[in-house]
Amino acid sequence: MKLMWFHLMPYTELPEDFREANPSVWVDIHSTLFDPKRAHLMYNDFMDELEYAAEVGFDAVCVNEHHSNGYGLMPSPNLIASSLARRTRDTAICVMGNSLALYNPPTRVAEEFAMIDCISGGRLIAGFPVGTPMDTCYAYGTNPSQLRDRYHEAHDLVVRAWTEKDTFAFNGRFNQQRYINIWPRPVQNPHPPIWVPGGGSVETWRWCAEMNYVYCYLSYYGYKAGRATMDGFWAEMDRLGKDRNPYQAGFLQFVGVAESRQQAFDLYSEAAEYFYGRCLHVDPKWATPPGYTSEGSQRAGIQSQIRQAADSVVRGKSTGERFASVAREMDKIVENGYVIIGSPDEVAEQLREVATQLNVGHLMLLLQYGNMSKDLTRYNTKLFAEQVMPKLRDVHASWTDHWWPNPMDTSQRAEVPAYTPRLAAE
Amino acid sequence: MTDPETMTIEVNGFSTRIWRKGTGPKLGFLAGFGGLPRWIPFLDELAQTRTVIVPSLPGFPGGDRGHTVLDSHLDWLVAVREILDQAGLAGADLAGSSVGASLVAEVAALWPASVGKLALIAPFGLFDVNNPPTDPWAQRGDAVPGLMCADPEIWKALKAPPVGENSVEWPIEQVRSNEAAARIFWPLGNTRLEKRLRLIKAPTLLLWGEHDKIMPRAYAETFAKGITGPTTTQIIANAGHLAELDQPTEVGREILAFLDER
Repeated sequence: MKLMWFHLMPYTELPEDFREANPSVWVDIHSTLFDPKRAHLMYNDFMDELEYAAEVGFDAVCVNEHHSNGYGLMPSPNLIASSLARRTRDTAICVMGNSLALYNPPTRVAEEFAMIDCISGGRLIAGFPVGTPMDTCYAYGTNPSQLRDRYHEAHDLVVRAWTEKDTFAFNGRFNQQRYINIWPRPVQNPHPPIWVPGGGSVETWRWCAEMNYVYCYLSYYGYKAGRATMDGFWAEMDRLGKDRNPYQAGFLQFVGVAESRQQAFDLYSEAAEYFYGRCLHVDPKWATPPGYTSEGSQRAGIQSQIRQAADSVVRGKSTGERFASVAREMDKIVENGYVIIGSPDEVAEQLREVATQLNVGHLMLLLQYGNMSKDLTRYNTKLFAEQVMPKLRDVHASWTDHWWPNPMDTSQRAEVPAYTPRLAAE
Repeated sequence: MTDPETMTIEVNGFSTRIWRKGTGPKLGFLAGFGGLPRWIPFLDELAQTRTVIVPSLPGFPGGDRGHTVLDSHLDWLVAVREILDQAGLAGADLAGSSVGASLVAEVAALWPASVGKLALIAPFGLFDVNNPPTDPWAQRGDAVPGLMCADPEIWKALKAPPVGENSVEWPIEQVRSNEAAARIFWPLGNTRLEKRLRLIKAPTLLLWGEHDKIMPRAYAETFAKGITGPTTTQIIANAGHLAELDQPTEVGREILAFLDER
């Protein structure tokens, strides 16, 4: 199976009383909390961490897009990805991803992803999220009633821009462009693999199944809460008569590994509580722009609430309810499965269970979260790579990953000079 | 209180409900934010001396999912014009509240020959950066009733599912109504109606709830100044944004008195 290293790039210095003193980490988080000079250090630490993860053998490094967000400092993940394309050699670069409806014209996404694919020699995974309500409808002002239609139309435009040989006109509902002809074109043929991070909507399951895209559930609430969603995806795949190839799925999981469970608990409590306490402090007023949730999903949610009030921690709840009911103390965080902790053996065993039960071939691991220091992040990453990763390599070994980048042959690729700081004596 | 007569028309392939009640000259009414999931006392006030005709707007209760095919402001205006025509309201006096009032104003601006007098209750459509409307779509659920009505219980009662109503579809329909309003007015509520106000030649009554927490009352002045036809402005005491819900008798009386003026 594939083990991927994911960075959210959280601002690591939100004040201790952030929760009490501020309405929200997202949309209207106050600018005075942001110190650009501290962010300079954070960005550079984070990029070091991503490069380190590539160096120690993770299959991919992953970045994502958020706007006006105190736990996600990547309004443009493509900027980070392009740097990673130069500073890594064989690791896949997973941009998870570009919120298609926000780009006008969406041609921009086709172009930038093609650039990253060229620079990296064909190592890009192209993620296409709809985007959260906070990012899309509020921070970017997109009409929630048109968001999904715009997303699908932009998807069609981008795929055509990647694949059509001749200049073409696009006559969409929302996008009209007389001349589409992107330069550069992607290295991967016909185009980089498309992965779709989704919530638990039936429409997205069906779409991924029909389009043969990877469905990813990027939840912060771990495998216990994620079970129902992944089961839903596989049920839809079954219904459509598709293979249960685990590589058509991705799942995000927070992990803290140490010598022992107790040590892991002690080491990672602060960072986890910072994340679940301060970073997920989102004002519910930003959670439910009308039209964002499809009527099919609303119906499923209401019906599941009616069927069983205690359905699960997550499914059937609005984003707002979800944020409000999040556990914020380490013992509950661990008990609920948000963060998997333990010795390398214990973590490997739990992740094997996650990968098997959820039938997921791509595990996206958050080994940095909240205000975790660079040293601790490195420790977590190294220990995972050296002692957990080898124990998981055999999982799903009988399946082929049809959704992994297909890079250029190493012998054809550019020699990228190693970074050498100028000597002080010069 | 007798039930209104209900008819159904088809607009862009979506069935659209038309309520009709009363006798006398026709008066059309386009509902405000949230639409009309049920008949309201205000309409009975109007029906005393008028044939009140209440078409649903696309996506609002009774308007099916008609909003989903309306992508531009032009699409909306053409759909509303078609609905009014099919409802038999061409040339009639028109009243509207909130989002509905905005569309009444648009129709009067674009097709001045096809409207009589206008009564507009706190219309959407304008945006003053120094005095912005409240964002109705960025609210915690429990805040909405108090923003729409001076008495939040009135909004809650309007939106509460009737006994025996399908409890799955009813809440979806109420969300859809908010979505339809968003589809026209997201994100600021600004359709640049201000540019077209000068085209309104009809005599116009402007009504504003004294405690409107959505639309600043100063906007009444912008409407009054912008509209070419004669305007009268009345503030409704003890009423919120949807003044016709808080003070049905008072608002009804003001409208009828205005329409009856020679």
